[in-house]
Amino acid sequence: MLRDGLRKLRYRARRMTSGVFLVLSAFLASAVEGVEALTIVLASGVARGWRSSLTGVGAALAVLAVIVAALGPALTVIPIDALRLVVGGILLTFGLQWLRKAILRASGFKALHDEDALFAQELAGAQTAEHVERAGVDWYGFTLSFKGVLLEGLEVAFIVLTFGSTQGSIPLAALGAGVAVVLVAAVGFAVRAPLARVPENTLKFAVGVMLTTFGIFWSTEGAGGSWPGEDAALFGVLGFVAALSFASVALLKRRRRTMLVAAEARA
Amino acid sequence: MNYLVRFGRFWWDFVVGDDWVAAALVVLGIGATAAVAASDIAAWWVMPLAVVVVLFASLRRAAS
Repeated sequence: MLRDGLRKLRYRARRMTSGVFLVLSAFLASAVEGVEALTIVLASGVARGWRSSLTGVGAALAVLAVIVAALGPALTVIPIDALRLVVGGILLTFGLQWLRKAILRASGFKALHDEDALFAQELAGAQTAEHVERAGVDWYGFTLSFKGVLLEGLEVAFIVLTFGSTQGSIPLAALGAGVAVVLVAAVGFAVRAPLARVPENTLKFAVGVMLTTFGIFWSTEGAGGSWPGEDAALFGVLGFVAALSFASVALLKRRRRTMLVAAEARA
Repeated sequence: MNYLVRFGRFWWDFVVGDDWVAAALVVLGIGATAAVAASDIAAWWVMPLAVVVVLFASLRRAAS
């Protein structure tokens, strides 16, 4: 009786751990993509008019909803081990891309992501483009917003579907993503400026660590391995990936200093 | 055809990005995990080790 109770409690604790991870990962990744999409939509709205820009946003959201509605149920019928193997592998490759860029940015080997500079660049492009009206909307403004939201949104949809299906809860992942998108949209609407104060590079670092953590965890399970401590091992993997990332930043910073000193000595 | 190529390139850039060697090493790591797990040896350590190798190789190339 007591053993059964403890087993149920342990099971619930594991489900909660992975649930918290799931919501947090979807939230952070979606917030980063939301900030990037907002910059494009703002540039389009300011330069080409809000009607065209918001029509583009609406059309892109409709396309994304269709993609999620079509692929979501399809993913749930794939056997969980096959799904974890494929999704874990893709997520690990995808996550390592984020992590690699974040480490290179943090160590000074790659320029930091600057929303103000991107906004100025998009705005300049939008202001000089030719005015072509189709179906009552400015085509450039519509296309710019549509492409921006669709491309950034596809990453969010990908994360929601992969995280949600492998953890057995697409609604929970969608909740994390939805809260992030609504929050970014509300703040963006209130300030009507790119969210340059959002620590985007730090968020990208955190998302890279989380994507890589989930990728390692699921690809191992999908390939037939099992973790000591089951879902609780996620914390261990997270700590390992975070430590590896910080160590990489420290090593690369030292390498960069050495390279700069050598370059100065040559000059 | 052009649309299909663009579609394929989008997904390639999206998932693999500019470092296909890293993606290939991840696939090798998964294969090694499956091989170790199939021989009834604990296989949980293989992917973390593979990630150390992938990250080291990828960062070294990018920073050189």
